[in-house]
Amino acid sequence: MRKPRVYDEIATIYFYIIAFILISFLVLLIGYILYQGRESLNLNFITTAPKFMEKGGGIGPQLFNSLMLLIVTLVISAPIGIGAGIFMSEYAKPGFLSETIRISTETLSSLPSIVVGLFGLLIFVNMFHWGYSLISGALALTVLNLPVMARVSEDSIKSVSKNIKEASFALGATKWQTISKVILPSALPGLITGIILTSGRIFGEAAALLYTAGMSTPPLNFTNINPINPNSPFYPFRPAETLAVYIWKINSEGLAPDARKIADGSAAVLLIIVLSFNLIARWYGTYLYKRMTGEK
Amino acid sequence: MFQGSDKNRKIIDKAGKVYAFICGALLIIITVTIFYFISVKGLSTFLIDKKSIKEFLFTTLWKPDRENSLGGPAIGSLQFILGSVFVSVFAIIISAPIGISSAIFMVEIAQKIGRKLLQPAIEIFVGIPSVVYGWIGLTVLVPFISKHFGGLGFSLLAGILVLTIMILPTITSVSADTIKALPWEIREASYALGATRWQTIRRVILPAATPGILTAIVLGLARAFGEALAVQMVIGNRPVLPLSFLQPMSTITSVITMDMANTVAGSVWNDALWSLALLLLLISLGFIIILKLVGRRRIY
Repeated sequence: MRKPRVYDEIATIYFYIIAFILISFLVLLIGYILYQGRESLNLNFITTAPKFMEKGGGIGPQLFNSLMLLIVTLVISAPIGIGAGIFMSEYAKPGFLSETIRISTETLSSLPSIVVGLFGLLIFVNMFHWGYSLISGALALTVLNLPVMARVSEDSIKSVSKNIKEASFALGATKWQTISKVILPSALPGLITGIILTSGRIFGEAAALLYTAGMSTPPLNFTNINPINPNSPFYPFRPAETLAVYIWKINSEGLAPDARKIADGSAAVLLIIVLSFNLIARWYGTYLYKRMTGEK
Repeated sequence: MFQGSDKNRKIIDKAGKVYAFICGALLIIITVTIFYFISVKGLSTFLIDKKSIKEFLFTTLWKPDRENSLGGPAIGSLQFILGSVFVSVFAIIISAPIGISSAIFMVEIAQKIGRKLLQPAIEIFVGIPSVVYGWIGLTVLVPFISKHFGGLGFSLLAGILVLTIMILPTITSVSADTIKALPWEIREASYALGATRWQTIRRVILPAATPGILTAIVLGLARAFGEALAVQMVIGNRPVLPLSFLQPMSTITSVITMDMANTVAGSVWNDALWSLALLLLLISLGFIIILKLVGRRRIY
């Protein structure tokens, strides 16, 4: 009777050690990234343009491009993803069609992102002749994001209580009226949390963008906000190197004399932004949970 | 709230249904299009350039730009395939025990620490972008390996360690979900028989959770196989067979990342890269099929 107890103790200690190592490793990792990049966490670094073969460049355009790509991607993928979620949860009957959509969604979400990037290179860059551009990058990111968005939407719509749906039908509402005026508003918190979480992923993505949004960015004139003017930062057919791609590029090429410092700073900025998305989603989730369960 | 004439309502109702249907169908269309176009490009190596699949898959001479006078382009890719296999398999071998242990810790040993500390930590691990892992690999791991183990530091070992950390959260969270989903009765039954916690974990929880843990491992493997940039940054990118842990080598994804922009569309070199992409696509499809089969075995 004694031995099992000893083993049990040993196992417990082992599990605590593993958990301790994991948590301290993460703290160390984040601490290291922020510490290395501490000198670059200033307004000058995050707003000015990089310099070629010269010290002191910033990451302004790259940061702007990342935000642009995120917004354009969400504008395209949210309506489609939510639509697909609505279809899967409200219209699709079990059968061949819904099974095929489900398999497609799963397949799409487990494709390596570089494959999605290559697909974008083939279709948007070469076939449509859009070149390495903001729009090509945003569409590649849309392909990456759609399956996630569809699944998140389906889940949040399915979790809406049946009662309020039936109440709506009882009032004589059509199916679409019920969906758009009753179900979607109730599913909104889930949808928003999902969108914020996927935003973090899109923001840090690089492999799919190397050959779609490109690895360069033209000089941007921020006084020109006309999106059909090629000098405008909003022009969709210009190359748009993102922050994540820039980190990759500066580490492989490192033409600037202070490449290491720029990479350190960029990594810290990228990490802070991605973690903020995560924290915002988490905070918003608990906030809503409390409000809905009346714990507040 | 629900106004409008009957006719209008019907039209909008119909339009809504059509909209949702189109969105759903789009997911199928995109998937099929990706497979179609990558297949067409990837197969032209064999159909247009008349290279043999055998040479591509089973030989190791990668000279895709060799002059015709010297024997023409050689597209042997076995070293990249093995590179990808080695880097992901070794990463899984290190990552799986740690991931499964921390999942057990989270659910069975200390739920409070699990929920308050470990779970958020794991989520943060997931959130860190892969280029940041690559950058840390490049600036910390590569010099460390070079200093303490010799060589350049750019190596299979560096690739394995970076991937180990990157797939750890996947394995942990999927395993934890599986273990959490096991019915409490089986634990109580085990304790009622006088088993210790460790005996319960080893003899009851782990066997019952095996299909889910396998799913976690396959998912981790798939992620490791498809990861491109972090691996490319630390692995050294030499087209050689991975014969030593300290030697630079390449993976399927790293060679695509490195060379795709340098090659002319339609050249044998370029076509061979697309064949590698197709191979990557087929392998990830294989992983999806394995996942389906493993998932079916679940008892709980």
